[in-house]
Amino acid sequence: MLDALATPSETRTRPILEVKGLKAYYQMNYFGVQREVRAVDDVTMTISRGEIYGIAGESSSGKSSLIKTIAGAIRPPLRVVEGSVKFDFGGKTLDVYADPARMKAARWQHLSYIMQGSMNVLNPVRKVKHAFHDFAYKHMSLGEGDFRQRLVSHLERIGLDPRVLESYPHQLSGGMRQRLTIALATVCEPEFIIADEPTTALDVLVQQDVLALIKDVQRRMGSSIIFVTHDMTVHAAIADRIGIVYAGRLVEEGPTLDVFQQPQHPYTAHLIASLPRIGDLRKRKALPGKPPNLSEPPSGCRFHPRCPLAIDICKTENPPLETRGTGRVACWRAGEVEAA
Amino acid sequence: MFKVLIDLLRYNREFAIGFVLTAGIFLFALAHFWAPLPDTAIYLLPPDMPPSTEYWFGTTSRGQDVLWQMSSAIWNTMLFGLTVTIISRILAVAVGMVSGYLGGRWDQAMMTINDTMIALPNIPILLLVYFVMRDSMSWPILALTAALLGWNYDARLIRSVTLSLRNREFTRHAVFAGMSVPQILVRQHLPYVMPVIFFTAMNNLIWAIGLEVTLSVLGFSDINRPTIGGMIYWANQHQAIIAGIWWWIAFPIGAIVLLFLGLFLLAISVNEYIDPRSRLSRMGA
Amino acid sequence: MTPLLELNGVNKDYSIGGFLDRSTLHAVKDVSFKLESDKPEIFTIVGESGSGKTTTARMILGNETPTSGTLRFMGQDIAAIRSRADRLKFMARAQPIFQNPFEAFNPLTTLDYYLFSTARRFLGLKSRAEVEAAADRSLQHVGLSLTEVRGRYSHELSGGQLQRIAVARALIPGPKLIVADEPVSMVDASLRMSIVNLFRDLRDNLGVSIIYITHDLSTAFYISDRVIIMYRGEVVESGDAKTVLGSPTHAYSRALRNAVLPPDPIAARAIIEAKLADANLAGPAGA
Repeated sequence: MLDALATPSETRTRPILEVKGLKAYYQMNYFGVQREVRAVDDVTMTISRGEIYGIAGESSSGKSSLIKTIAGAIRPPLRVVEGSVKFDFGGKTLDVYADPARMKAARWQHLSYIMQGSMNVLNPVRKVKHAFHDFAYKHMSLGEGDFRQRLVSHLERIGLDPRVLESYPHQLSGGMRQRLTIALATVCEPEFIIADEPTTALDVLVQQDVLALIKDVQRRMGSSIIFVTHDMTVHAAIADRIGIVYAGRLVEEGPTLDVFQQPQHPYTAHLIASLPRIGDLRKRKALPGKPPNLSEPPSGCRFHPRCPLAIDICKTENPPLETRGTGRVACWRAGEVEAA
Repeated sequence: MFKVLIDLLRYNREFAIGFVLTAGIFLFALAHFWAPLPDTAIYLLPPDMPPSTEYWFGTTSRGQDVLWQMSSAIWNTMLFGLTVTIISRILAVAVGMVSGYLGGRWDQAMMTINDTMIALPNIPILLLVYFVMRDSMSWPILALTAALLGWNYDARLIRSVTLSLRNREFTRHAVFAGMSVPQILVRQHLPYVMPVIFFTAMNNLIWAIGLEVTLSVLGFSDINRPTIGGMIYWANQHQAIIAGIWWWIAFPIGAIVLLFLGLFLLAISVNEYIDPRSRLSRMGA
Repeated sequence: MTPLLELNGVNKDYSIGGFLDRSTLHAVKDVSFKLESDKPEIFTIVGESGSGKTTTARMILGNETPTSGTLRFMGQDIAAIRSRADRLKFMARAQPIFQNPFEAFNPLTTLDYYLFSTARRFLGLKSRAEVEAAADRSLQHVGLSLTEVRGRYSHELSGGQLQRIAVARALIPGPKLIVADEPVSMVDASLRMSIVNLFRDLRDNLGVSIIYITHDLSTAFYISDRVIIMYRGEVVESGDAKTVLGSPTHAYSRALRNAVLPPDPIAARAIIEAKLADANLAGPAGA
């Protein structure tokens, strides 16, 4: 909290991330078969300082492509077709796709990642301490001794025994490894953290601890987090605001509490209504139809083939994402959606 | 099939180059059936003639036209190489897939035999076979012997692929869908093993041709039947390099290098085409 | 009457490690339960990774043999099935649903091949028309039809649809028992309940018993009749699903129950805040 106060007050009011009209497509060509998958289609959003922004969406809805694009971590065949991603680190604007050199320098120091599989980050045949050295040392301009000290105190803060530095990843439990990846992502006290399904592979009993840890670290450092998961209950527990992604588009966005209590998009309403709950035996309905194919998305509103409220305009025209109440929603019949 | 070929030629440069090289050399080798003189005949032409409009690639010290010798030699060498490759691929696939799929004791027994054969030194065994069979030695017997020595590494590779496929959920699903072991191996696993077969086939072909050349250069084969190795053997016997008859050696070696290059390009591009991941991408996964 | 499935003191040990530090892992310890054949039900095994729930499922399907104890399916010892004919007879009565539908179908094989193969082998059908009719009948049970599936590959359909096809395929031989290992964990949220509801239909309309294996207590509560909770290979609590999951008594089941985040921001947030308050008081994190 104290760290956050140290930044000048006028920069604190500016959003840390501004995404404008972002379009990123997979463009592929296999022996003459050409395909274009519109994984991120015209996304505009901002994230404020100190905010946890949850991105919810199903598999292949484009949510991971979205965060990859935001992080500037895309590789062909995924390409940015239009739009911009701008961060604001310490009062200076950083355009991810206009200034790759500064973006590279900002990685890990200002912008870091917590990933799903801890094994993707931790090299199985090297001791844990090497990972910290590889990722963070060059960004911290500290001497070996100071760096070591900083590491130890950071690990202690995260509730890890500093002795884990001398162990190999396989000697640690899944929960401890995930804590380590969080420690790794936060050791430089970055302003922005991207968390991609960080609790999905964890056992139920560990999940809450890890969520609490992320929340705790975020509060202490005042960082902003984009938290991606398909699990709506995780969003309920941790996100300040949620953005719902369907077929590459942001269809609804708003404060978590409002989205859960008064969803404005029929898709969101369904997602929330279908969540089973211990102690509640009412029959839950499933959506008809299947998730859209992003290389041939439906015309108009991409949700219309599965939507119980679809009318003619939904089939032909794409509803714009417009402010409504405390949030934004892209639906022609937003006013008529009832929370089930 | 024809469409696949057109697609590959149009969209894959490696394939196009490989195809042109291999097809060119194949046609050149095919031409030996129309050679003006029998390929085993010697001293019918003036010896040691440098390349000219009459003898494009010159003539050998044995009075043969290098061009027509090469044409036959490439044909025979390829025939040997392909025979070895096909027989050894069949062995490698059969042993590798069955061993990997059955696992347990079968796997142990088959892999023990396999590993024992890996440990056997190739050339001494081939020489032994040559000495034992000297009088009835012919190229098919040599090819069979080479094939029997050339499958074991690849069987191990194929086994490891099958072993990992066996533990995939779709294999268990196939069992519960009532598919028999041959059905599972051929329909479910073979598409994943195909790239390995193709790639090892290429290596094996190069190894087999190299083996043929080595044996011929050493004189351990039917030296009157023209092969690439045989040509080098005779060129050596006549000290062609010292005598300055460079065309006797340079052209056969050039041809074999181009052939290897063509086959290699074909193998990598076809491999990319039949690879399950690329197949799926084309299907739209 | 012989029970449909009876597990009696089932143990499964694995030896792990290399030459020097060999040790034994007790994956499943003394598990016993019984499913009656005249009363179809959804029997749920709840557990985290390493609880032995998947090993138990594999033993029920005959993919693993127990170290000790017996598993009897309709009176027959599953581990004693040897011949291919007996194995086929068993598979006609007990069928699996796998966790990841994208893994369960070979991406290079058309989906109908699985349906047709099952119909040919287990129903002994020969003509193409008969085989297709059987596949179609089964697909109707899960709300699909053969025209939607014919010639398709797994990547052309969603996880939910694939899982339905997997269920349809399992239904072709007319099984008495379906063993579903984490069948919805890879299915999209919007389609998840369609699979879960389908299991209920199978029980009520086709009289199929289902062993539902999951780590998700919410869906377990939603569809199960009876439940056992496994922890490190042992059954720590068992009984009626509503009672066991609604108000668990064993310490582990209570912890598991409390670890379920409610789909409600206010309650869920309170849980995380409580955790934070705890940690700040207790751990070095407060420093």
